[in-house]
Amino acid sequence: MSRIAATFDRLRAARRAALVPFVTAGDPSPDLIPEMLRSLAANGADVIELGVPFSDPMADGPAIQRASERALRAGTGLARVLDAVRAWRREDDRTPIVLMGYANPVEHMGAAAFAARARDAGVDGVLVVDYPPEESADWVRTLGESGIDPIFLLSPTSSEARIDLVSRMAKGYIYYVSLKGVTGAAHIDTADVERMLGRIRSRTQVPVGVGFGIREPETARAIARFADAVVIGSRLVEEIERSTPAEAAARAGAALAAFRAGVDAAARDRAAA
Amino acid sequence: MQMRAPAAEPRSPAPYDLPDATGHFGPYGGTFVAETLQAALAELRAAYDACRKDPAFQAELAYELEHYVGRPSPVYHAKRLSEELGGAQIYLKREDLNHTGAHKVNNTMGQALVARRMGKPRVIAETGAGQHGVATATVAARYGMECVVYMGTEDVARQAQNVYRMKLLGATVVPVSSGSRTLKDALNEAMRDWVTNVASTFYIIGTVAGPHPYPMMVRDFNAIVGKECLAQMPALAGRQPDYVLACVGGGSNAMGIFHPYIPHGDVKLVGVEAGGLGIGTGKHAATLSAGSPGVLHGNRTYLMQDADGQILETHSISAGLDYPGVGPEHAWLKDSGRATYVSVTDEEALAAFHALCRTEGIIPALESSHAVAHAMRLAPTLARDRIVLVNLSGRGDKDMHTVAKASGLEF
Repeated sequence: MSRIAATFDRLRAARRAALVPFVTAGDPSPDLIPEMLRSLAANGADVIELGVPFSDPMADGPAIQRASERALRAGTGLARVLDAVRAWRREDDRTPIVLMGYANPVEHMGAAAFAARARDAGVDGVLVVDYPPEESADWVRTLGESGIDPIFLLSPTSSEARIDLVSRMAKGYIYYVSLKGVTGAAHIDTADVERMLGRIRSRTQVPVGVGFGIREPETARAIARFADAVVIGSRLVEEIERSTPAEAAARAGAALAAFRAGVDAAARDRAAA
Repeated sequence: MQMRAPAAEPRSPAPYDLPDATGHFGPYGGTFVAETLQAALAELRAAYDACRKDPAFQAELAYELEHYVGRPSPVYHAKRLSEELGGAQIYLKREDLNHTGAHKVNNTMGQALVARRMGKPRVIAETGAGQHGVATATVAARYGMECVVYMGTEDVARQAQNVYRMKLLGATVVPVSSGSRTLKDALNEAMRDWVTNVASTFYIIGTVAGPHPYPMMVRDFNAIVGKECLAQMPALAGRQPDYVLACVGGGSNAMGIFHPYIPHGDVKLVGVEAGGLGIGTGKHAATLSAGSPGVLHGNRTYLMQDADGQILETHSISAGLDYPGVGPEHAWLKDSGRATYVSVTDEEALAAFHALCRTEGIIPALESSHAVAHAMRLAPTLARDRIVLVNLSGRGDKDMHTVAKASGLEF
């Protein structure tokens, strides 16, 4: 069983949602990637989404875009990210890692070469934002041959046909983008998200995580009452932006701990309900 | 009286029907965007498909192109330039004479009509040189639509006049200071706006790139250029040209004039890219000549990229060619051999700019000057009865500042 599936099984038994932090790899520096991963895992991360920086992050808002620019300026590239994950994996064999990024660096490395190197590094899932399911038949097969879960997005505008298409291809979990817009855009409407999650759940067994626009621990608590996972991205990336490089990992970890308290509170809410 | 070759028996045109139903030109094209845009693209594909098949839509577009844009644009035999070069006869398709001064309005007019049919009150656009921004602001004013144009701060500085023109036309120009601060970053920002405001907003992409259906739709609206040439060349020159030349940044004017000629296998199609300071210097925008395939801005195509797959900053004296990607249909035409792609440096483009000014009394856009420059290289190698048709895609009024500066002058 994959690390991602094992994590969701364990959390389902505990009736708790997964807490999934997102940070951009190499922000502030590629040398600090293992330290950042360590801090996130120690502060309550159940799965870690690690953004691979790209020069043209079209689906991201200003905070993650700036993080990408900082990471690239610091010399981060896809190969360097894979090396850092491999190094960190020696000390943490439990926390699943999902790489999240854009198609071109993967295309440039070659999908098969990438999948093999990602597997060797201990990567568990990959989400390529601009690989929609209709362009991904070969991609899903290639990842599958390396035992890596293909993660896909769904959005408020996804039709039922698209929900079914994603359900057939996705493994690990489905990432529900809770906003029309880019990452970090605004606050989300919890009731809207719950309705849409009901629609998605009625059509798939794959766990569904919610991200985009969860900026406060209270929002995370509200979402974690019904979602399988809560993704915290821009809020952590902003914390890193405000930190010195030496403090970045600790401050991101401290910010994440507050969200973990929210998710734990939601588990108590569920138990009380 | 010039010598003309006897009209050769034209081969029967070979059928060409790309893209396929999912927007692919061979391995290129496609719909490489996040899930958040998929519904909007599906809505656009359905709307555009309906427009294509609707005679009332086509009639309205034809009316606007004739009475508002000023079509058809003439083809002009550049006799003095041809004479000076002493080889093939050079003909110019005068897209510079369109309303707003370039081919860009063919597409913005078409997309604005699609937007109206879809009931979208707001249009957005990205722009490099500002020509597409001006053409979008123009049609938005014409139809009373809100208009927001994204433009890299680097280009805002280079093209101050066009920024002012857009403002006069009622558009809001949003400077984009991320990344390389040029066209690609403006495109990223426009995509972000669209994904956020997708219910009210129509995104008028200005070139034959982006996710399906944009490469096809923008090509279709610009194909009026080549269709007119197909009719005009036999009337004016007695036959179709031997070569069709056009500059290629994203490649919309080139696709517009190439597309109707694709089935005419006797006609050589040549795209002219921006060689900047020279391909060897790395400071250029010759994507097809020096790039490699990848995925950017919603489609698979040739890109300027580094060893890690990051998109490179490009350089060209002409802002309109300063783009690290290229339309996917050009990528396919290159790989299939149906078209060839060459490059012209800043210096060669400037020399052609001056040559056309002096010999023909026509001030070309710096973008179009690249195509003229290749015609000037090519013509002397050909017999005097050969015909080279150049898409003069825009006029150079917007480039006065850049050309003066390159000549060591300041206004």
